[in-house]
Amino acid sequence: MGIVSPGFRRRRRDDADLPPGQYLTHDFPVLSAGPTPRIPLPEWEFAVVTEAGVRHRWRWDELLALPAEEPTVDIHCVTKWSKLATTWRGVSLDVLMEDVETAADYALVHSYGGYTTNLPLEDLLDGKAWVAYEFEGSELSPPHGGPARLLVPHLYFWKSAKWVRGIQLLLDDEPGFWESVGYHDYGDPWREQRYQGD
Amino acid sequence: MARTALPGRLSTRLTWRVATLAEFHDETATARTLRLDVPGWPGHLPGQHVDVRLTDEDGYSTQRSYSLAAPADGDRIELTVQRLPDGEVSGYLADTYAVGDPIEIRGPVGGWFVWRPPDPAPVLLVAGGSGIVPLMAMIRSRRQAGSRVPFRLVYSVRTPADQFYAAELRRSARADGGLDVAVVYTRSAPDGWARPAGRITAADLEALGWPASFEPTCYVCGPTGFVEAAAGALVDLGHDPRRIRTERFGPST
Ligand SMILES: Cc1cc2nc3c(=O)[nH]c(=O)nc-3n(C[C@H](O)[C@H](O)[C@H](O)COP(=O)(O)OP(=O)(O)OC[C@H]3O[C@@H](n4cnc5c(N)ncnc54)[C@H](O)[C@@H]3O)c2cc1C
Repeated sequence: MGIVSPGFRRRRRDDADLPPGQYLTHDFPVLSAGPTPRIPLPEWEFAVVTEAGVRHRWRWDELLALPAEEPTVDIHCVTKWSKLATTWRGVSLDVLMEDVETAADYALVHSYGGYTTNLPLEDLLDGKAWVAYEFEGSELSPPHGGPARLLVPHLYFWKSAKWVRGIQLLLDDEPGFWESVGYHDYGDPWREQRYQGD
Repeated sequence: MARTALPGRLSTRLTWRVATLAEFHDETATARTLRLDVPGWPGHLPGQHVDVRLTDEDGYSTQRSYSLAAPADGDRIELTVQRLPDGEVSGYLADTYAVGDPIEIRGPVGGWFVWRPPDPAPVLLVAGGSGIVPLMAMIRSRRQAGSRVPFRLVYSVRTPADQFYAAELRRSARADGGLDVAVVYTRSAPDGWARPAGRITAADLEALGWPASFEPTCYVCGPTGFVEAAAGALVDLGHDPRRIRTERFGPST
């Protein structure tokens, strides 16, 4: 147990089973490193680029034409808030990776605006990740990553790159934006992997 | 966004340290500045924050982030906490937390929303409410370093009574060469103030900020809606999005 702060009393009743250090929120805080990028849909594209340089790409209408799923998931932000049972609509990475031939173990995700984040490729597969374009039945708003963001709910939310534009498959791990300024390489909320060395 | 190199200490493990309250003063009716002693504090850059962990007698504990308000003075650091209605941690820190009491903190955290004193680029600081805190650390670091880099602060507050660091900012504008301070009021302005009270607009940032052609680094901090509006206005005014760094405090609308 931590050091008791005299006079501190719990005020929030989070009945849910949250990862350590998290508290429940009902609104949807925003965290990003710069201004919200503006991405005209006719110019939008999402690409998966293999370690051999092979490029698989989808334009906006092509993405919407793919089979979609509606995952309901809990999300956990490294700034300590969690939201439970959020509903999204988007395309599973399993669908997008179907015809991609790769021996890569790692993925570096790229966003419009220049943001990047890294994760093991296996954390994107087997129903664990989506390219999401709707949140709670409405189109995803730009501050929350619209037109489309990555959704990887089992990791801290900075891995769920907003304004996603593509995934680069890599044989070796390469840190992304927050990972190279002191945040944890993997980011498992249940093991409280917030910062390097956690 | 360019990748930034970090001082070596940030790549080492961040450990929880026990901090004790050394002194405090009220900044406004709803905000308090805390000076904490943190034995072994490694130092920090302006713009970085700490994580605060509070634990009650039953073992329940919770964490929040707070920006460092000033450069470190040895083992002493400074935070300014705005009390939110019904806020669990801010209410405790701003009202109950007493001199000599322990809290746990770890940090410094964050290597992006920072200003490094040798950086020669002009700086535009845009603060909304308690978003002034990390920007004040930049202003104070600039002063401490004797830097003459052009700095301009545009600070949006509800009313004159809601201004943090009011006396120091008035003094600074005169005493710190190359620091301009402009305050924008959203609810009620002082008598005779030329600009009517209202939310910050692109026209305000055009009139009070630096022109985009001057290529300043822009630091925008405040509540989500404020940051969204101000950063968007800077982009509209032609500022390169890669030179606009944002930090958002608290809930979205
Ligand atoms: C990088 C960073 C730096 C920061 N720096 C500062 C700083 O320098 N100074 C500062 O004052 N703050 C800062 N913050 C904000 C700070 O971390 C806290 O979010 C803030 O103090 C509120 O915490 P709290 O525990 O008081 O409020 P919480 O208990 O978390 O509540 C937040 C608000 O939501 C409402 N609320 C909470 N739960 C519910 C619910 N279940 N239903 C309805 N409403 C609810 C509360 O009434 C309150 O108004 C920073 C945040 C970040 C991410």
